[in-house]
Amino acid sequence: MKKTSTLSKLYLLLVMLFLYVPIFVLIVFSFNTTKSHSHMTGFTFDWYVKLIHNQLILSSLLNTIIVAVTSAVGATILGTAAAVGINSMKKIPKAITLNVNNIPIVNPEIVTGVSMMLLFVFFAARMNFEFGFGTLIIAHITFNVPYVILNIMPKFRQMNPNIYEAAQDLGCSPVQAFFKVVLPEIMPGILSGLMMSLTFSLDDFVISYFTNGSKAQTLPITIYSMTRRKISPEINALSTIIFLIVIVILVSKNIYERRNAAKKGGKLQ
Amino acid sequence: MKKLVSAPYLAWMAVFVVVPLLMVAYFAFFEDGHFTLDYVSNVSQYTNIFIRSIWLAAIATAICLIIAYPVAMILSEMDTSYQGTLLMIVMLPMWMNFLLRTYAWMTILGNNGVLNQFFGLFGLGPFKMLNTQGAVVLGMVYNYLPFMLLPIYNVMVKIDKSVLEAAQDLGCNRARVISKVILPLSMPGVMSGITMVFVPAISTFIISRMLGGGGNLLIGDLIEMQFLGNSYNPNLGAAISLVLMVIVLLIMTLMNQFDVDDDKPLI
Amino acid sequence: MKKNIISLKNICVSFDGERVLDNINLDIRDKEFVTFLGPSGCGKTTTLRIIGGFLTPDSGIVEFEGKDIKAVPPHKRNVNTVFQRYALFPHLNVYDNIAFGLKVKKLPENEINRKVREMLELVNLTGFEKRSVNRLSGGQQQRVAIARALVNEPKILLLDEPLGALDLKLRKEMQIELKRIQQSLEITFIYVTHDQEEALTMSDTVVVMNGGSIQQIGSPVDIYNEPKNAFVADFIGESNILDGLMVRDRLVTISGKNFECVDGGFGENKPVDVVIRPEDITIIPQDDEHISGVVKSVTFKGVHYEMLIEAYDHDWLVHSTKSATLNDTVGLSFGPDDIHIMNKMEE
Repeated sequence: MKKTSTLSKLYLLLVMLFLYVPIFVLIVFSFNTTKSHSHMTGFTFDWYVKLIHNQLILSSLLNTIIVAVTSAVGATILGTAAAVGINSMKKIPKAITLNVNNIPIVNPEIVTGVSMMLLFVFFAARMNFEFGFGTLIIAHITFNVPYVILNIMPKFRQMNPNIYEAAQDLGCSPVQAFFKVVLPEIMPGILSGLMMSLTFSLDDFVISYFTNGSKAQTLPITIYSMTRRKISPEINALSTIIFLIVIVILVSKNIYERRNAAKKGGKLQ
Repeated sequence: MKKLVSAPYLAWMAVFVVVPLLMVAYFAFFEDGHFTLDYVSNVSQYTNIFIRSIWLAAIATAICLIIAYPVAMILSEMDTSYQGTLLMIVMLPMWMNFLLRTYAWMTILGNNGVLNQFFGLFGLGPFKMLNTQGAVVLGMVYNYLPFMLLPIYNVMVKIDKSVLEAAQDLGCNRARVISKVILPLSMPGVMSGITMVFVPAISTFIISRMLGGGGNLLIGDLIEMQFLGNSYNPNLGAAISLVLMVIVLLIMTLMNQFDVDDDKPLI
Repeated sequence: MKKNIISLKNICVSFDGERVLDNINLDIRDKEFVTFLGPSGCGKTTTLRIIGGFLTPDSGIVEFEGKDIKAVPPHKRNVNTVFQRYALFPHLNVYDNIAFGLKVKKLPENEINRKVREMLELVNLTGFEKRSVNRLSGGQQQRVAIARALVNEPKILLLDEPLGALDLKLRKEMQIELKRIQQSLEITFIYVTHDQEEALTMSDTVVVMNGGSIQQIGSPVDIYNEPKNAFVADFIGESNILDGLMVRDRLVTISGKNFECVDGGFGENKPVDVVIRPEDITIIPQDDEHISGVVKSVTFKGVHYEMLIEAYDHDWLVHSTKSATLNDTVGLSFGPDDIHIMNKMEE
């Protein structure tokens, strides 16, 4: 592997600056004593104190977590069962199903959001329910389930198809064989599907925007309404906290994966 | 037996994906149960907004490609032990909420923002940067850059290094190795990168609203206004959505023409 | 006479309208080492899967010790399988892989422990209990797969090309070891392979299959010396297969010359396939009585020379410890019992 040239390093540095400067500006002004975003007038934690006393933010954070966990778990169960079935489908039904599965992934988010809103409006009028947690969770499951399936399907392809038969050969009923042998094999795919669903769900704005009710505002929606009103350093404080959480999660995930990889590499020798 | 376990999913996708899309089509062509072409033909009133959306999304996609391609190449040629860490550092901002990232640029580009303060030190400005088309493009590039970088990088790391050595062995210099070998081999990544940046860019309404002010409406804003905005008109909104879907479908078909790799990375 | 453990009667199987097994009739005797031999796609693995219970035939009867077992699912059959690519459970270690079947049957822990250790000893893997199966060599994985199946004390062990992924030397070792295990446990082994040498070395009975039907059933010696048709002759060892005309019983015309032979019962003036093994041919000076040809190539093969003799209507393959001179014209000599006559195959 040849050395990275100075020019390349400089280029990477510039791109990194472009990516990070906005975030650092946000963080710096979260400690500003005034609402100015250009002059540091002094250092304070006031905005953080205000933030943790902001009922709207706290309740929407709770809503976000409820929606994300429920929909991620729901999508994972629905998607895992679906992947098992899709895997044993014949070629043409399989191709059709996987194409439908791709619709929410390739369709512009706004169209997915709008189309579900139309559906919910239609049924809300006839079945007398309101937009809220129910519609939000349904929408989130719908955009998450395709990713769960796409995470699991390759695991089926990598799996030795004979191990399912081997378990039956050794005395397992088909259901036992699935839980004892197939499930552990596809588990990494299920978990990464779950994590992806959680992430997308926590972060989603566009689809939630069209399917939430006033009772179930999620954090991204609250952030949106805050940015619409007035620039407030409370958002900066919130950004700083979210950024720190993201760093902690990603770095520990990275370290964990490396340690795992190192363990595996060491074993092989 | 096994097929039964996917039944709930199939029912779910039918009710919550297929039916809603059919409803969009229905609303676009029917009003109170009567067939009408009024709404679809009304979409042509907004040709200028469509052209603006396509134009800005195309510029943003091109800039993303220009920035991301060298980054992907540099990363893929690095020592593998650094690659993972550097990739994580590049991708990290993407994990911040999209709205917060866009908000950051609002505060930077504003008339009293950091950038104008900086120019002020040299006695320049203040420049009007926020609420311009340039700001919208900047927001798109900033938000969607990783979508371009990742697929290209994923394809590049898979290029067999001995192929590059073979090219050098056959007399290619660095520039020719890039143009004759790396570029053609990385095309599948470039194609999926283009799709993954262009589709969200053309349909966004946040970036245009936060960074473009009221004067730079995009297709996304137009749709949003018909459903949640002042000009409530779901039929027109559905018609515009339908046209947007057709545009996206065309772009994807076009890009798939070049993309032969069926194992393309998703994200 | 040993009793039959498995009987297949009139088994037919089609996949997507294509006939994969065509009216298979087969009795397998208890405690025998039986090999299904044939090229890929001949139906040997399909037959094995029917016995294992992974496939239900479209028609026909499968009997186990005289009882129809067509409706018995795999997990209730007293049959275990060693799969082609072993199909070890990657999330379990060696011990847990072997103990899998016993744990499913909920045997007491100490009994499981004892049986697994016995098996590890049988396959020479004592000390590997805690090892992850992903960190075993191909040969070791093979042994775990065998132990995992045998620990359940099946009446029949099915082996689907189990040595296919091993290198030549290891394959030879495992062949001997499998035979040893089969003899010491006294159970029936049904072995699937496309390797004729493997089939001949290990089996008591060889079942040669092609195109979904059985070509010949017999002992290795029978199959080699008395192939029933040109396919068997060609597939088992190298052969010269020639067009011949059966003039009458015990007289056949090959390449325009009449030869005495030991076969009969084909009728008069009947076109037949004639098989002559390369090692049964002796090279002699050219004369009028024998078929003659030009030596086109001579290759040293270690034990013998392999020569290609170009006669006017056929290239003859000859194995001999003495080499002929290139481009010489020579005669080909073989005795009456070296000539194997068989009916022409239906295409």
